[in-house]
Amino acid sequence: MGTAIAGFRSPTLEVDRLLDDLRTRIIVCCGSGGVGKTTTAAALGLRAAQRGRHVVVLTVDPARRLAQSMGLTSLDNTPRPVPIPGADASAPGTLHAMMLDMKRTFDEIVESHADPDRAAQILANPFYQSLSSSFAGTQEYMAMEKLGQLRRADSWDLIVLDTPPSRSALDFLDAPQRLSRFLDGRLIRLLAAPGRAGGRAYMRVVNAGFGVFTGVLTKVLGAQVLRDVQTFVSALDTMFGGFRERAEETYRLLQTPGTAFLVVATPEADALREASYFVERLSEDRMPLAGLVLNRVHSTPAAHLSAARSLAAAEVLVPATAPDGSRSCRGDGARGDGGHQIAATALRLHAERLQLVAAERRLAQRFMAAHPGVPIVEIPAQPEDVHDLPGLSAIGESLASR
Amino acid sequence: MSARDTDWEGVRLHVVTGKGGTGKTTVAAALALALAGRGRKVLLMEVEGRQGIAQLFDCPPLPYDERRVAVAPGTTHHAGGDVYALAADPESALIEYLEMFYNLRHAARALTRFGIVDFATTIAPGLRDVLLTGKAAEATRRKVNGEFTYDAVVMDAPPTGRISRFLNVSSEVSGLARVGPIRSHADTVQRVIRSPLTAVHFVTVLEEMPVQETLDGIAELRGLPSGGLQLGGIMVNMVRPVPLPGDDLGKAAGGSLDAGELSLALKAAGIDDEAVPGGRSALAVSLATELAGYAREALAADGQRRRLAGAARPVYELPRIPDGIDLAALYRLAESLREQGAA
Repeated sequence: MGTAIAGFRSPTLEVDRLLDDLRTRIIVCCGSGGVGKTTTAAALGLRAAQRGRHVVVLTVDPARRLAQSMGLTSLDNTPRPVPIPGADASAPGTLHAMMLDMKRTFDEIVESHADPDRAAQILANPFYQSLSSSFAGTQEYMAMEKLGQLRRADSWDLIVLDTPPSRSALDFLDAPQRLSRFLDGRLIRLLAAPGRAGGRAYMRVVNAGFGVFTGVLTKVLGAQVLRDVQTFVSALDTMFGGFRERAEETYRLLQTPGTAFLVVATPEADALREASYFVERLSEDRMPLAGLVLNRVHSTPAAHLSAARSLAAAEVLVPATAPDGSRSCRGDGARGDGGHQIAATALRLHAERLQLVAAERRLAQRFMAAHPGVPIVEIPAQPEDVHDLPGLSAIGESLASR
Repeated sequence: MSARDTDWEGVRLHVVTGKGGTGKTTVAAALALALAGRGRKVLLMEVEGRQGIAQLFDCPPLPYDERRVAVAPGTTHHAGGDVYALAADPESALIEYLEMFYNLRHAARALTRFGIVDFATTIAPGLRDVLLTGKAAEATRRKVNGEFTYDAVVMDAPPTGRISRFLNVSSEVSGLARVGPIRSHADTVQRVIRSPLTAVHFVTVLEEMPVQETLDGIAELRGLPSGGLQLGGIMVNMVRPVPLPGDDLGKAAGGSLDAGELSLALKAAGIDDEAVPGGRSALAVSLATELAGYAREALAADGQRRRLAGAARPVYELPRIPDGIDLAALYRLAESLREQGAA
């Protein structure tokens, strides 16, 4: 196998060792959008199950065919069993997969923490409905919440979490706190019951600003919205503190050694920059980083044939520019013989591939130089999207074969 | 000879959406450059606080202020045009709104110190959207001395998954503010967005998930109740040229290319290599493998192309630019959009 990335020596991420280690209880796949987090999470889950673990993969937004291949047809918050191709009979593992339904997860928290009347009141509140389905950060918070639930259920010995699609990988760590801060915040308490918070001197100041505040809100949104928020907050009052506590509890769970963060990136500038931020942030937050999965790495089986030589040879076979100045058409059967035509195309594409490989190598080396201790594993680029279990299984094998 | 109409002649607000990672901001910028081509003045607007435009045009972070970021190249018949850029954020838009409608600028500024504006836009997610689309609508309709300030506004909008909610804000806002004054503001914005002055374009790449999202997004907008939005074009980004004619492509993808013929051709080109059993050169086998990968990619891309055709919208293809997007690359993409009639 041609190693696409040579030069800097980063330690190799030993995936099978990570998966086989029974102390590994949670694997979190994070990274910016579009780098293949979901596929990687699914491939890791499948590989672990093939090696005898009892795995549940929690995905957030899978491609339709990938979801179907795992038997997930709807966002129903229920772990579904997935058949394992090539399971080792001597170590029978199991695989479940589920898609997160953030609204339902939120509803369940409300239902389990409030008496039925109050729960019904909250669920019917328009402000709650927009918060639970569209607040930036709700999805991340609920992914964390679900993770905590699955961990407490203790029905699986490994949970693989695919984080929500977002521009920034950091959102996954920041968003839950944002939501709990918001729900626990002084402002929302003030809004619910202005008389109750803080001391008297403090209240005079705040109340002065607060009158303006509610005035502005009423002007812009109308009094109804304010009433909805107030009703919501007072109904939710019993759960306050609960939100922050839960977010903090899951946060601590992520810091335990049983958790392994895998940062997924493609060898592209934006994705690796995000990966760098995330690696730094994990270390600041003392979160256990297992390594970087470099997805969709290109390679060439003919690395010894240089770009310059292939382009020159292609030019000998089929000149790119015809003598009359017009470009020759690549598919023009009238020119030269078909073998030459195809060979010239293959040579030109080879030159292009070499340039791509070199560009990817430069970017990866920059990352390695900045984060020398971070173990890395590569997944080769696939010509087609992966959307079935054998395809996932093949990715699992390539992850382990380094 | 007078220039023919472009596909979106008369459209003044171009909303550009797409799945993350498809190059939405790049395409929006290229479209703005293309529209500015004939001596026109175009505003390129971002709404997600990402400073993507500043990165793209390699300039310092943009304030909440319209600044010129690029000059579109002129032709022999026309002078070049200007692209202005604006990074809109809900907080500034709210302050502007309060000032315009209630003369509340000072109060609003004081309130931001408490983080209250952020709070207000947070408790009503639809408010955030209506403020941003409101800003776009305002720039679209703005006139000075009876003349439009901008010939067109291009909005780098939220991703496909959120676009319908982002644009179809009136129902959500009216759910939150059933009788509030923001309601009438939202209605005004809707009149612009749902008029023939506005078109929603989708950016995608030829891969399964972005194509699916595009098709879902188009279906969603089509399914909107009466007075729906005008669908724009599909901009397919990062397209690679098809390496081989149809027959050979299939053969190459299936691995049934004649490696012997390839060996001979390589020999003719002066590239000799050690022979493997069967008389073919090892190099020919390697190159055939590589070509097979390309051919399979091309066939998969073709499959996605056919799926997009099902949406029955104009499709514009933009070439993959291997060395990263700089200003020169943006001009190239803009030119490509112009040639295809998008601008």
